Amino acid sequence: MAQIDLRRKLSVLADAAKYDASCASSGSSKRDSTGGKGMGSTEGMGICHAYTPDGRCVSLLKILLTNFCIYDCAYCINRVSSNVERARFSVQEVVDLTLNFYKRNYIEGLFLSSGIIRSGDYTMEQLVLVAKTLREVHDFRGYIHLKLIPEADPKLVEAAGLYADRLSANIELPRDEALARLAPQKDVSVIKKAMGQVRLKVEEARPQKREKARPPRFAPGGQSTQLIIGADGAPDTEILDRSASLYGGYGLRRVYYSAFSPIPDASSSLPLAKPPLMREHRLYQADWLMRFYGFSAPEIGEAATGGMLDLAVDPKLAWALNRREQFPVDVNLAPREMLLRVPGLGVKSVDKIVSVRRYRTLRLEDVARLTRSLDKVRPFITTLDWTPGGLTDAADLRARVAPVAEPQQLSLF
Amino acid sequence: MRTATLASETDFDGWRKAARAFRLEGIEPAQARFVVEGAGAQSGLFDHSPPAPPREGGDPAPPQDKARDRLGPRLRGDEREEGFSVSKAFVDVARDVVLHRSGDRWDLLYRLLWRLRDEPDLMKVVSDRDVADALERAKNVSRAGHKMKAFVRFRQVEDEGGEAWVAWFEPAHRVVERTAPFFQRRFPNMRWSILTPDGSAFWDTHELRLGPPATRDMAPAEDEIEEFWKTYYASTFNPARLKVKTMQGEMAKRYWKNLPEASLIPELVAASTVRTDVMVATPATEPNVRLARATAPVIERAADDLVASTLPELGEGVQGCRRCPLWRDATQGVCGEGPREARLMIVGEQPGDQEDLAGKPFVGPAGRVLDAALEEAGIDRSDVYVTNAVKHFKHEPRGKRRLHKTPDAGEVTACRWWLDQERGLVKPKVVLALGATAGLAVFGRKPAVTKERGQLVALADGATGMLTVHPSYLLRLPDEQARVLEREKFMQDLRQVRHSL
Repeated sequence: MAQIDLRRKLSVLADAAKYDASCASSGSSKRDSTGGKGMGSTEGMGICHAYTPDGRCVSLLKILLTNFCIYDCAYCINRVSSNVERARFSVQEVVDLTLNFYKRNYIEGLFLSSGIIRSGDYTMEQLVLVAKTLREVHDFRGYIHLKLIPEADPKLVEAAGLYADRLSANIELPRDEALARLAPQKDVSVIKKAMGQVRLKVEEARPQKREKARPPRFAPGGQSTQLIIGADGAPDTEILDRSASLYGGYGLRRVYYSAFSPIPDASSSLPLAKPPLMREHRLYQADWLMRFYGFSAPEIGEAATGGMLDLAVDPKLAWALNRREQFPVDVNLAPREMLLRVPGLGVKSVDKIVSVRRYRTLRLEDVARLTRSLDKVRPFITTLDWTPGGLTDAADLRARVAPVAEPQQLSLF
Repeated sequence: MRTATLASETDFDGWRKAARAFRLEGIEPAQARFVVEGAGAQSGLFDHSPPAPPREGGDPAPPQDKARDRLGPRLRGDEREEGFSVSKAFVDVARDVVLHRSGDRWDLLYRLLWRLRDEPDLMKVVSDRDVADALERAKNVSRAGHKMKAFVRFRQVEDEGGEAWVAWFEPAHRVVERTAPFFQRRFPNMRWSILTPDGSAFWDTHELRLGPPATRDMAPAEDEIEEFWKTYYASTFNPARLKVKTMQGEMAKRYWKNLPEASLIPELVAASTVRTDVMVATPATEPNVRLARATAPVIERAADDLVASTLPELGEGVQGCRRCPLWRDATQGVCGEGPREARLMIVGEQPGDQEDLAGKPFVGPAGRVLDAALEEAGIDRSDVYVTNAVKHFKHEPRGKRRLHKTPDAGEVTACRWWLDQERGLVKPKVVLALGATAGLAVFGRKPAVTKERGQLVALADGATGMLTVHPSYLLRLPDEQARVLEREKFMQDLRQVRHSL
């Protein structure tokens, strides 16, 4: 095949990587390049250097090493039977691109994934080699996220954790049966075993209180995974159960939800439609409730209909409308856990309320200054000067607090 | 009206000195005015007094103030203070607010400083109008600093010193000085400059210098790598997911003119609907046959009704088992482990959290208790075949942890398919069941552990069976004395097992 020029390759291999929803460059250990020979820093908090018109942030150079792949996963544009244009970067090309972009402050680092070529081991070796070159030859201290090839030798997974800030292996389909059908070369238990290995290694690398010697670092940014939504018929409740099980089992930092979106050269085994973006949004909200608000997956599922989250209202509001007997909550007295269940109050607002009420008894206008959405909060709280009366139990409460649906543009045909 | 003149728009120290002096003199917020030197501020109509001279050393109030203070009770507006201190929280917020572009920021800060006299906890009352206002401005400033870290774009230049990097940037607030050290830590080995309308920062790989305001034409207009960056930006955008509002919420239009990639936005947005419609409307293509022969083999799951003739084969069967739903949330099936000719088989309940990840039985806390007890009883674990009644970890997710759940009779029965095969292959002389669940699997009925423990029972396959407690029971006993007693009983059971081998 003729050598295609580097910009063309970049275009092909960035395009091929864009279906991976992960973009974070946060949560790693804090470090900078003072005293070093190279460049790069992470300050714990991630930085998004640009946003594309799909609303997603560009934080890392997210590319594939190659989009050649010996797997035939129906949902993937890079599957072996796809007619998509193929390209492959050399290790050096990825290293140079990363450094060139980083120096100009375009990115926080590299997110490197790959189609599987030759074997899992060979592919993983190539990914590790890129990270190793960046770290050891160029003393690069920016963020590196490597995709795990679950089939690869556990030793390679270990090496990856040595150089990378974050590792991820995508579960892709919430239903294991569907994975067997749509990705016949993948084995869900191999993916889970790799995630289990990462969890054990991350825990090993956490310094024990008594030990003085620091264990070698291993993926300080933890691990994440992705579930594709809308390709296998799994309802939301099943997806959230799966996430809860992944968070608990492997200590994942994030589960990403990626609405299955049309791909060029699609397989005939999957229906093409515009991606259900609102559904994806509701799943992220529900996931947030599990991670920061003390909700369990079954609790969120209580308000679901036929296993599906309400698209018109967010899952916390849906839960509250379903459990009105829990409300109203007295913002001046209620425990933090209960305040976290009030629709419209976020973790930050709740923390502010808890802190302020040590000095002042809150009125409704005080709450208004601590939250962005008083209309949503009002029916569910009491303050010094406010009680919702019958509003909490009003039959039309849902209509009052639910945002009015945006008018749909009628088709011209 | 009293007026203080500040040296620059970001002169926090000047404001601090002046404000301190004003408060010590009892100047009420309505009477205090702060102007920035050369910022086009004419002297106010009601200026009756010259700017307050910043005090050297600042803190102690002049002697005549002290004298007046003794004269009578403290009166609002006529009050004199002996010098004062304010919380760090206020100083931190004030440092941020000073960088805000709003003209009334000095007045807001002085109002807060004034109020702190009677309300020392004011900064903690974040619902207060003034505090909320200050915090909001501090947040805007912090956000502007964050956006500067994100949206500065260096361009490469060559000068007599070699390669250098220059950026032109227009921050939302005056955060250049504040944010420059970030770039110093990130790029200590590059010579770089960041030019802004408020001032500039220069790093020569040794020292950070600040300079005067700059103009856009002082920065280079292009960089060849920018074409690569734009290529990347365009390719990483998914046209099927257009969300322009979200993008603008994070990347405000005010920044666009200095972001090379932003010039592509209108075109990308305009083309997205067409691109998506084409993708949706295009029928599936014929699979690419040229690469078909390179396809990896399909994964075949081992059969659940496998009858194994070797232990490794049995392990494969356990991996593929779907005889009950427990496999779904477990990582893997955990088969037994040990020599095929083992005379002792120990049967536990089910793999726990650690066993599930490692794929080996008894490697977690209960396993360590068992190992220690076996050693003490004179039994070599490497001579023992260790397994579980149920091969998949039954649990319930609870936040970032998994809580163990006892398998029910149905799950134990389903899994006996594997345990019976293990017993058939290993043919142990003695089978030791740990706890009630293991007892159910080995004896076929739910035993009463405390009553039946320690008894040697003949099993149908000719082996001798015995029941004792599960080692995790010893771990859970809260009372030290009970633990010692129970462990001794457990040891007795193990010693008895050793004698009957």
